Amino acid sequence: MNSLKRLSGFLWIALGALAVYMLFSRAGLEISEAVAGKRPLLDTKMFWYVIIPIFLPIMIGLCLFGWFAWKGEYDVIARDSEHLT
Amino acid sequence: MTSSSTTHEGMEPKGLMKVITASSVGTLIEWYDFYIYGAMAVIIAKQFFPQDNPTAAFLAALATFAAGFVVRPFGALVFGRIGDIIGRKYTFLLTLLLMGGSTFAIGLVPGYASIGMWAPVLILLLRFVQGLALGGEYGGAATYVAEHSPKGRRGYFTAYIQTTATLGFFLSLGVILITRKSIGVEAFNDWGWRIPFIVSVFLIAISVYIRLKMAESPLFAKIKKEGKISTNPLKESFAKKSNLKMVLLALFAAVMGQGVVWYTGQFYAQTFIERTLSVEFEQVRYLLCFSILLATPFFLVFGAWSDKIGRKTIMLGGMLLAIVTYFPIYKMMYGIADPKAKTEIVERGSTGTAVTVNPAGDSTTTTTTVKAYTDGSTMKTVKKEVKLADKSKPAPKAETVKTFWLSSAGFWMMMFLVFIQIIYVTMVYGPIAAFLVELFPTRIRYTSMSLPYHIGNGIFGGLTPFIATRLFDASKTTENPGGDPYVGLWYPILIAGVCFVIGLLYLPSKNDEDVSD
Repeated sequence: MNSLKRLSGFLWIALGALAVYMLFSRAGLEISEAVAGKRPLLDTKMFWYVIIPIFLPIMIGLCLFGWFAWKGEYDVIARDSEHLT
Repeated sequence: MTSSSTTHEGMEPKGLMKVITASSVGTLIEWYDFYIYGAMAVIIAKQFFPQDNPTAAFLAALATFAAGFVVRPFGALVFGRIGDIIGRKYTFLLTLLLMGGSTFAIGLVPGYASIGMWAPVLILLLRFVQGLALGGEYGGAATYVAEHSPKGRRGYFTAYIQTTATLGFFLSLGVILITRKSIGVEAFNDWGWRIPFIVSVFLIAISVYIRLKMAESPLFAKIKKEGKISTNPLKESFAKKSNLKMVLLALFAAVMGQGVVWYTGQFYAQTFIERTLSVEFEQVRYLLCFSILLATPFFLVFGAWSDKIGRKTIMLGGMLLAIVTYFPIYKMMYGIADPKAKTEIVERGSTGTAVTVNPAGDSTTTTTTVKAYTDGSTMKTVKKEVKLADKSKPAPKAETVKTFWLSSAGFWMMMFLVFIQIIYVTMVYGPIAAFLVELFPTRIRYTSMSLPYHIGNGIFGGLTPFIATRLFDASKTTENPGGDPYVGLWYPILIAGVCFVIGLLYLPSKNDEDVSD
């Protein structure tokens, strides 16, 4: 089970990185379409200006979670504060 | 009730119920304050945002709604820190006052027609304050109740706090419906929508009075006496790897999925029924009220059950059910209000046209078509076309408003389908407070549990209607102008799916009984 936990750490890192890539590529595509007049400019910009700053740190957090998992930090879950703080 | 009557084993049941009541009433009112905005998003859009484009106005209102959610994690940091340094009691007293004050003020802000751009700016600022206050409230209330609860029953007792979010929503719908019925639809849309905001000041006054009589949490009082209070909870919570990894685990293995399941069942369902299916305003609120009322006891059922079989099993069970059944449920909901799938009774239908001309010579033709169907449902379509006297100017786009009245059987079926979704909410949300409390130590508990909770619920969950509506609008093409009504479901399904897998792999199956550490 611990091997599976560690190996899937790569998956969470990849998922976080993929989400960041998709976030930026989709935003770039939609904003360029809006500038070209194919989409409402204000709505499109507003949407991505809200979404990117919110989700970017969270996706970095997902990568960090994957890193911790890969390093075996979740092999044993601490049950008391002595092991936490 | 004093802290001396408690131990880390928990309070006597009678004293504990007082603690739960005092905590829950305040939290319920904070949720009420927060939700009345969302429940009236469409009216607020008309009052405070430019109305040239109805979708833009609606999105702008939802964005403000989302802004209220997005700032919640910051509230969690600010008030979580205060709660871990000064104490639980005074912190959630402060959040209550901030919430009440900002809600009351929203009810007094003049509309866009009176003060122009100041109106949306003021609303946005007040919404930010609401979000900050809510960010600080929940963690405090959940921690406070959990720190009074006995071992082996923490899931059950904290589940009372979990009911407050749903009951706050129920209360907001109830106050809106009663106000609307009392003063009429036109007056409500014009000025009556302010009443539910203003009423909040009385509810907050009662709650502050109750909370002032409460004692500090026994576990917090104990570590304070022993001089073990954290001097920098933020640093301890997020700069130390040993605790940061637990914060990330809480977010990605439990709260992220819980957030989207909650907001899909309770809020996206409403957006879907009202916007996509065009079901009439009051019918939507009645069916939501009934569903919520029937489902609410299940928070306690699943909270208590999680004490016996573990938090993980129930929370992940709820997520899995949601992932597997959302598409069939929403397809059934669509079928109930789809006029194309119904047989029209032609002789009971009607069409009327009225033409009005303003002093400038512009004429407005209003065509009202009513169609009745064999199952008892009715559809009214009002189409407004404006012809300008000045032919050199471009004519405004024709505006069509559809309203669908469900048949009696359709109403109950729709209610049942929403009820099932709220049952999933009770599964994922009922045990979550106990789960989070058990994951973190007393000295930094308020800070550590509040952040993942509000990222999961505020951001992943709170943005569900916003993102799903946007996905639906983006699916509208020239070939398919109606769009794909189910495309918005991919967002909660994907998020809940990832969370389910992470939870299955990494979450411990056994509850941590001792929270006094």
